[in-house]
Amino acid sequence: MFGYIMRRIAQSALVLLVVGFVAFAMFRFVGDPIDNMLGQERTLEDIERLRAQLGLDDNFLVQYYRFLEQAVQGNFGLSYRQGREVSEILLERLPATLELAFVSGLLALVGGIVLGIFTAIRKRGVSSNIIMSVSLIGVSLPTFLIGVLLIYLFSVGVNLSLFGWSFNTSLGLPSFGRGEVVEIGGWTTGFLTESGLKALILPAITLGLYQMTLIMRLVRTEMLEVLRMDYIRFARARGIRSRVINFRHALKNTMVPVITITGLQLGSIIAFAIITETVFQWPGVGLLFINAVQFVDIPVMAAYLMMISVMFVAINLIVDMLYFAIDPRLRVDRGGS
Amino acid sequence: MTDAPMPQAKPEAGKIARWWDSDFMYSFRHAPVAMVSFFVVLILVSAALLAPLIAPYNPFNPATLNLMNGFTPPGEANAFTGESFILGTDDQGRDVFSTILYGMRISLFVGFSAVLLAMFLGVFLGLVAGYVGGWVETIIMRVADVQLTFPSILVAMLIFGIAKGITPAEYRDQMAIWVLILAIGLSDWVQFARVVRGTTLVEKNKEYVQAAKLIGRSRMSIMLRHILPNVLSPVLVIATISLALAIIAEATLSFLGVGAPPTKPSLGTLIRIGQEFMFSGEWWILLFPAATLLALALSINLLGDWLRDALNPRMR
Amino acid sequence: MKTKLILAATLLATTALAASAETLRWARAGDSLTLDPHAQNEGPTHTLAHQIYEPLIIRDHSGAFQAALATDWAPKEDDPNVWVFNLRQGVTYHDGADFTSEDVVFSINRAKSENSAMKELLTSVVEVRAVDDHTVEFVTDGPNPILPANLTNLFMMDKGWTEANAAEAVQDIAGGETTFASSNTNGTGAYVLVSREPDVKTVLNANENYWGKDEFPLEVSEIVYTPIQNAATRVAALLSGEVDFIQDVPVQDLGRVGDTDGLVVKTAPQNRVIFFGMNGGADDIENDNVDGANPLSDVRVRQAMSMAINRDAIKQVVMRDQSAPAGMIAPPFVNGWNQAMDSSSATDVEKAKALMADAGYGDGFSIQLDCPNDRYVNDEGICQAAVGMLAQIGVTVNLNAQPKAQHFPLIQNSQTDFYMLGWGVPTYDSEYIFNFLVHTRGDERGSWNGTGFSDAATDEKIVSLASETDLDARNATINDIWTVVQDQQLYIPIHHQVLNWGMTGAVGTEVSPEDDPKFKFFTMN
Repeated sequence: MFGYIMRRIAQSALVLLVVGFVAFAMFRFVGDPIDNMLGQERTLEDIERLRAQLGLDDNFLVQYYRFLEQAVQGNFGLSYRQGREVSEILLERLPATLELAFVSGLLALVGGIVLGIFTAIRKRGVSSNIIMSVSLIGVSLPTFLIGVLLIYLFSVGVNLSLFGWSFNTSLGLPSFGRGEVVEIGGWTTGFLTESGLKALILPAITLGLYQMTLIMRLVRTEMLEVLRMDYIRFARARGIRSRVINFRHALKNTMVPVITITGLQLGSIIAFAIITETVFQWPGVGLLFINAVQFVDIPVMAAYLMMISVMFVAINLIVDMLYFAIDPRLRVDRGGS
Repeated sequence: MTDAPMPQAKPEAGKIARWWDSDFMYSFRHAPVAMVSFFVVLILVSAALLAPLIAPYNPFNPATLNLMNGFTPPGEANAFTGESFILGTDDQGRDVFSTILYGMRISLFVGFSAVLLAMFLGVFLGLVAGYVGGWVETIIMRVADVQLTFPSILVAMLIFGIAKGITPAEYRDQMAIWVLILAIGLSDWVQFARVVRGTTLVEKNKEYVQAAKLIGRSRMSIMLRHILPNVLSPVLVIATISLALAIIAEATLSFLGVGAPPTKPSLGTLIRIGQEFMFSGEWWILLFPAATLLALALSINLLGDWLRDALNPRMR
Repeated sequence: MKTKLILAATLLATTALAASAETLRWARAGDSLTLDPHAQNEGPTHTLAHQIYEPLIIRDHSGAFQAALATDWAPKEDDPNVWVFNLRQGVTYHDGADFTSEDVVFSINRAKSENSAMKELLTSVVEVRAVDDHTVEFVTDGPNPILPANLTNLFMMDKGWTEANAAEAVQDIAGGETTFASSNTNGTGAYVLVSREPDVKTVLNANENYWGKDEFPLEVSEIVYTPIQNAATRVAALLSGEVDFIQDVPVQDLGRVGDTDGLVVKTAPQNRVIFFGMNGGADDIENDNVDGANPLSDVRVRQAMSMAINRDAIKQVVMRDQSAPAGMIAPPFVNGWNQAMDSSSATDVEKAKALMADAGYGDGFSIQLDCPNDRYVNDEGICQAAVGMLAQIGVTVNLNAQPKAQHFPLIQNSQTDFYMLGWGVPTYDSEYIFNFLVHTRGDERGSWNGTGFSDAATDEKIVSLASETDLDARNATINDIWTVVQDQQLYIPIHHQVLNWGMTGAVGTEVSPEDDPKFKFFTMN
């Protein structure tokens, strides 16, 4: 057990090293930061001076080593764009992204499980077929379009008339930003104000819709599998009420894979937040990253990528260890069930 | 986990009838959603393939465009040129109908190629990892972890950046398409690899594989002839879902500015351009491409859904 | 952020004030890059700085000079190399310190120092000296008739405050520095910084002790500034009443905004011209399909390409009438602009084809056009339209549209042969254009000249402009240089940009041609 964990940790460290290298290497091709830092009236002399100052003239490996050395200490240097510590900026922006990810993750989980159970139990029902088909719309349109459409419908509003009854679709929901935030010990939260909560609604739906569909389908599939198991059949044969079967026996066994997959999805929610944050001007790390790409702010881009990688690798590691702890067989053979 | 291999039918008159009566087709004939989806996909794909024959204009040839035709509403005559277009024109005076057909070609080409790339890569690496095991498996699965670490959007942006730097100017126009294929393909293979590896791990300990080993079959032959057929059904399901995902991913990327170029737009690029005209009342520039994309992706997804159930006997 | 400590407290205040009509919620696409007034020479940065800090002279919303911290200024009678500025009396900084001549000397020297982004505007200034508490003299290396025009974005900092907080050196953004002055402010301006989170939100309150309290409307008592990048979201925020004022309304949404009850769109010509540059200087270029020759080096090809562009169609369809077709690369505000040259570009596809044939390119050629997609109004759309128009004369154009951060280095590093560029002229004088776009590319001048054009006689004329005091002679030289630029068709002018500000009916302002709203001029009903 100990050996296995040590090996896994060593592998994870190697993965991070490679990610760091790839990320750092690729950024060299994205653009020239010099151009954005100096204004319209700069001279060739300024450019040379700045290049030397930033160490952009050094050997590639030297630059990478310097980057790693600093990164290990949590120091990603200063943002070219804002001239502030990258780690400070990331910490300032992280609460926004995490709160958004949390709410949309919760939405996806609750919505996905409820709908998944429903469609599994009523396997052949009309309503569950409709839910299954409609839910696919969420994954059949690009996220940015869903976001813009939600803004159009619920922030700006459209005048509709149905059967002689006309109304405006606007719910007065904010189209951008986090609303008012309250700072508690370095963490800014939008959960404590009305405008903060309202501001969360549209971005959370935009971001959560896709994951909700995935979780719903997963729950349905797993549930259907479990319901076919012999012990469920026996239970049925013994005359136990189907409500008890469905919720006490079947659901419990469905949850293990659902929770693991959801854990793995958490990372991709944060990554996909890039688009949602851009559409809603949500001041999180995703928007920070897009700004950094546009401005060729290499330290911020590198730090963001490393942060995401650490998060993914950590989640992966935890999931693997859980597997190991629960059932060593799972590591070798997951296809048999 | 999968169907028993279908009996090998001899080429004879009854073949089509037998195929029609097979479980698979029976299930298809009794699933109206699957049938409708299939026909929608069929119509859209053929329309895209036949675009040069169907489309009244060639929107990819800039010399034929007249900017003054811009923003013509569907079915109405343009105030300056007097021309009219079924689905109207976009901001550059392109016929929206023709642009959708040509754009769909690009979206489908990117989607199919990306999925093929992901499938070959994933199936091959998954088979090898599962069958060979040991350090080969460790390396492949760690690489898969790294790959998962980079969300597809990031991968695409990075590949795009590099490709831009190293592609000679003349080829940059076509470059975008290949970069999209590479980026989407590279971020999708992990799913295939994981499923194939899982199945391989199960299959390789089964008696028939052991038997094949004993009679001296080569590793390659065992992998391709005995194990591969067992993974085809899940691979087909993943491929279908991936195709829809790839088409949507391409659209998403074009929002971030790394999609098909505006002079040769894909459906995604058309939607990105169209959403800028949502408030201004030129609804047709957004609505028609978006509806086409929705119809395409939704049908493929529904088809994949049905396929998943149909190919999994325990689901019936 | 240090200012963040105040944030929570301010939010309560914000809530209380939100209902009052004097709060102006302002959005634009980008944010200021730093609060250090000398660290960046860039539009959004100066716009924010103008609310907090003040220069000696400002331009009002019509572009005319207006006395700010200087009450009057003139060249010294007995020495043409010296400008004398009389300073306003009784002005205090936000922290209560008096504004005096030593602050001017300090600020100008700071703006001339190594890290400053403003130093190129002060190259002619040799020395600044305080004559008395409220008089300063600028000594230049030769007579400089346009010095005042260079000072309208040079902000005055308090010497005592800056030194006390060890912020004498300009923030070295590139070197990755934060200084006290990059996140704190102490200006003389009409607004005081309350809180700021870069790229997220900045709050300003009216300065109770402002010297111009009786002179300006000053009806906006609080400003809440939020950058919103996505154009559709920005417009949605205005339409849904979440903001009161946006600076960049997409041209297609002008109608919608204008038709909405309670919203107004105001437009005015901007001090910015959009054009294409062509590398005609090289013997062979990389981004075309012609080997061993450079089609762009033939003036007939350049003229043909210019003639192929239908500027009226671009104006009408791509720009929705929000542009003025251009024939020269100077905005009409600029000294040296003339009507004849600016209306000289006519579309004539037949003549263009003939010129192409004359030049030996009757069958056309193909070339790459590099274009930004997030810098100018509908930049990508303009380039796309140009692709179609150039196709009419056989020039096959591959469009490479990308974000500005990737586009501009191509011009800087001579990696593009055909590119889009826009140019604003803060000094309102042609010299600024010639220095950057026409002079042979070199260390001091010509850094944005990607055309490869190099002519010793023209260079000499450009250099002479800096110290020519006879304005008539100077204008004649300017005209000579423009004639060369036009005859050589160095650039393909497209149009002068038009600014569109969208606001609620309560907001009263004119549009400033520099796109820098100064909120002290705003009225609120």
